Amino acid sequence: MNPAIQGLLTIAIGVGGCLSYFYFSNQILDKVVFPARGPNAGKNINRANLVRPWLFLLPALLALGLYLAYPVVETIRLSLTERETLSDGTTVYNFVGFANYAQMSADPKFWEALVNNMFWLIIVPAMSTAFGLLAAQLTDRIRWGNIAKSLIFMPMAISFVGAAVIWKLVYDARPPGTEQIGVLNAVYVWFTGNDPQQWLTTPFWNSFLLMIVLIWIQTGFAMVILSAALRGIPEETIEAAIVDGANPFQIFFKIKMPQIAGTIVVVWTTITLVVLKVFDIVFAMTNGQWGTQVLANYMFNQLFVARDWGVGSASAMVIMLLVTPILYWNVRNARKEMR
Amino acid sequence: MDNIAGTKSSLTWAVHISVAALVALWLFPTVGLFVSSFRTADQIATSGWWKALFPTEQSLTLRTADPDTQTLVDGVYVIEGNLFTGEDLSEDIDMSAWGTSSRDVGAYVPGDTAELRDGERITVQANGEYRLESPVEMEGSRGQRIFVTAELPPDFTLENYQQVLFSGNATDSMAKAFFNTLTVTIPATIIPIVVAAFAAYALAWMDFAGRALLIAIIVGLLVVPLQLALIPLLKLHLGIGIGKGYLGTWLAHTGFGLPLAIYLLRNYMVGLPRDIIENARVDGATEFQIFTKIILPLSFPALASFAIFQFLWTWNDLLVAKVFLIDATGQTTVMTNQIVELLGTRGGNWEILATAAFVSIAVPLLVFFAMQKYLVRGLLAGSVK
Repeated sequence: MNPAIQGLLTIAIGVGGCLSYFYFSNQILDKVVFPARGPNAGKNINRANLVRPWLFLLPALLALGLYLAYPVVETIRLSLTERETLSDGTTVYNFVGFANYAQMSADPKFWEALVNNMFWLIIVPAMSTAFGLLAAQLTDRIRWGNIAKSLIFMPMAISFVGAAVIWKLVYDARPPGTEQIGVLNAVYVWFTGNDPQQWLTTPFWNSFLLMIVLIWIQTGFAMVILSAALRGIPEETIEAAIVDGANPFQIFFKIKMPQIAGTIVVVWTTITLVVLKVFDIVFAMTNGQWGTQVLANYMFNQLFVARDWGVGSASAMVIMLLVTPILYWNVRNARKEMR
Repeated sequence: MDNIAGTKSSLTWAVHISVAALVALWLFPTVGLFVSSFRTADQIATSGWWKALFPTEQSLTLRTADPDTQTLVDGVYVIEGNLFTGEDLSEDIDMSAWGTSSRDVGAYVPGDTAELRDGERITVQANGEYRLESPVEMEGSRGQRIFVTAELPPDFTLENYQQVLFSGNATDSMAKAFFNTLTVTIPATIIPIVVAAFAAYALAWMDFAGRALLIAIIVGLLVVPLQLALIPLLKLHLGIGIGKGYLGTWLAHTGFGLPLAIYLLRNYMVGLPRDIIENARVDGATEFQIFTKIILPLSFPALASFAIFQFLWTWNDLLVAKVFLIDATGQTTVMTNQIVELLGTRGGNWEILATAAFVSIAVPLLVFFAMQKYLVRGLLAGSVK
């Protein structure tokens, strides 16, 4: 069957199925199970209202449970097992304790990925937030600020893979003596007169060149959120500071910054989450070679190149572990808000 | 804020310049790719794209007419003509130098006469006109090679798009990948919205035990890394016979998109006026009617926000497609994967790469600029709270 027709059919079945599930389950509940008539009418309405939320929630809970909650548990289990294919073709999972974790920590590539991820975790959120704050503060004061904002925000819509191609062209290197078509080398050769560099294959700094790609994408996000926060600051506080003779820098750092600190934390943690999962950029630009490995790409390699599900799961658990503090913090805030 | 006394500083021009610089810096890489997608392979390889916007000095390799066009004039064999005609070049080109050997392409200035072998002499004018003379009959099947250095106006081509979209060439073609991406994206955007909308309504407006706990769990699931789900779900899909394919991909995208969808929609629905819903309840509307007739239409902005997020995310996704969709036959490849493969096989062919990448980012960019309002609103609802 043509996939496009299959797709349309799936939309029809998916959407139609969902709607008719919701409609008929409600009908059955009201008309058959707990009908609102007869001697128990009042009681039945109450009972139906006890059940109804779960009818509304059921499909979502099933999907969440199967696609997010179950994998967490299953990954923990798989990270403690070794997959083995028996002679009769069946696959068994033998419990091996922490052997996968031990194997992983003996792998220098894993440590390289972990160290690189730490650099990513510090630099990308910091730079994106800083540039975002700068852009938000500057664009709020000029008439064409909205156009500027939407242009800085635009990379948000570009895929990581598309961004990888865009920046590979920027970092491109041609042999010495020929004209450089990558902007970075063109500028470098112009200013220093040195030979052009193969930027992406030069260890240590090449990781930073990959980070620039993500900073370029995430700055727009930071700018949009922070700009809304800046506009939400009560004018009186700023007016009071001006009356007291504060200069623009004092106003920004002493009056505005403390008032948007909460938003900065939210932006920072959101970008941190993106960083922890960054895969496409590294995969498309260097595939983790030349010292640029990161955890998500390391995990993908374990899964599809080495085909080692045990170590793959163990590295996924490391990512989960790094996310956990943010998870805890988010849940706590959400609960506080609801009270 | 400009009208507050004291903030109207003389630094306004500095702000304008800084913003302009920032915008230029942010746009520059994308514009580079865009411009490159309209240039030929030769142009990309010989000059930076930023030079494509201005006339540039280029070296061209041209030929005189074939020896069979020679005529005998006063005992001398002569070939006359214009180098630029027949090469699709305009005759207004003003050449600055020319040569007859690849080792010295700028040996002569226009108007000079060069001596070739066998007593042949050639004179080339700035406008491309030449006169080749020889005392003996010229032989060979092709004309004399002439290297010309000239200032050429910007020149763009649509050939790359032709090649990438319509050629049907298996490695370069994005047409199939484009439709595959579309096939993944649309159901993966619509289905989670329907499922999430009902759940969000229950979480926002129905009272039941465990509601707060459920919301907390959803906030927690919001940050669970996708990476964790890959192996268990692949195992599950292979185990229950879905295997790799569209169905599994749609389900996976639905599952991964749900926490954000429920969270965004619930936050929005909670803010709807209580009176409307309670009046409807008093008037005897069922919960299902309240949901479809009142809540859904009122929640349109939030639904649109999430739809854009999910669309951009599924369109731009590589990981989920690689794990759950693309099998060994490669029939179901999506655009992001196609581009990564091009990076491997066609790493130096920037004209193909740039065009393929631009085809894949064009749709999200259109959606972005058309629906930016909803995207921003969704971001604010999702993070500031």
